[in-house]
Amino acid sequence: MIYGVSLSLVLALLWWVLSGYDKITLLAFGAVSVVIAMVLVLRMRILDRETVPFMRLHTLIPYYIWLGSEIAKANMAVVKASLKPEIDITPRLVRVPVKAESDLARCVFANSITLTPGTVTVEVEEDAFLVHALDASFTAPEGFAEMNLYSARATDGDAK
Amino acid sequence: MDILLLIRDFASIALMAVGVIFVLAGAIGVVRLPDFYTRMHAAGVTDTLGAEMIVLALMLQAGFTLLSAKLLLVGFILFLTSPTATHAVANAAHRAGLNPLLSRHQPPHPRDAESGEKP
Repeated sequence: MIYGVSLSLVLALLWWVLSGYDKITLLAFGAVSVVIAMVLVLRMRILDRETVPFMRLHTLIPYYIWLGSEIAKANMAVVKASLKPEIDITPRLVRVPVKAESDLARCVFANSITLTPGTVTVEVEEDAFLVHALDASFTAPEGFAEMNLYSARATDGDAK
Repeated sequence: MDILLLIRDFASIALMAVGVIFVLAGAIGVVRLPDFYTRMHAAGVTDTLGAEMIVLALMLQAGFTLLSAKLLLVGFILFLTSPTATHAVANAAHRAGLNPLLSRHQPPHPRDAESGEKP
């Protein structure tokens, strides 16, 4: 129920932001399209915390701000490595253990690894990710463990 | 009031210039790095910091309007889709059996390469 209400609100907001209309007839058409979308979603039975992750926004937004700072740092390192007059890199393929309760947490963690330049998730396995790193300096296990902890805390919360 | 607009313009121009520098650095990296997987990392610079900074600069230009909200959506969608696309490409290469270069890569200096000597 709470997922349905929040999804309708977000869809309505999205429709309004993208169209920018203020006439009542056109707004009514928007409302009708939101209702049609909701009917389709309910018929498909895909309404759960994975499709509507808005309930965790209060922890996901601080997480993505922290990730943004990490991305900026990693960007500098990658730019430095690729603009050196003489390229000197040691690419690595490492297996990173994953501790996550839900699929959503695993997905957020894998996306975070890929989003950080210098590391890309190549393969998702049962309890680990295969990660390709541009240089051996990007593969510190502490860094991955820290990111795993923060992403799991942001998506699943402390309670679990 | 004018001074505020001036500050906003300067901030926006600075952000855009830094964004363009990152996009350029990413492009240079794609050309210079040795193999497929390492080039992918350089492309990642272009679509994270480069693209996001340009979107942020455009948002400063647009001010507090509906246009800004749309730009925010563009930035958000880029933030979610670019890692997905990168992972899809990397995973496809891995499944197809492309082996990454894992040894230390240090090409000889052009001076040494010409004379045929190893550094």
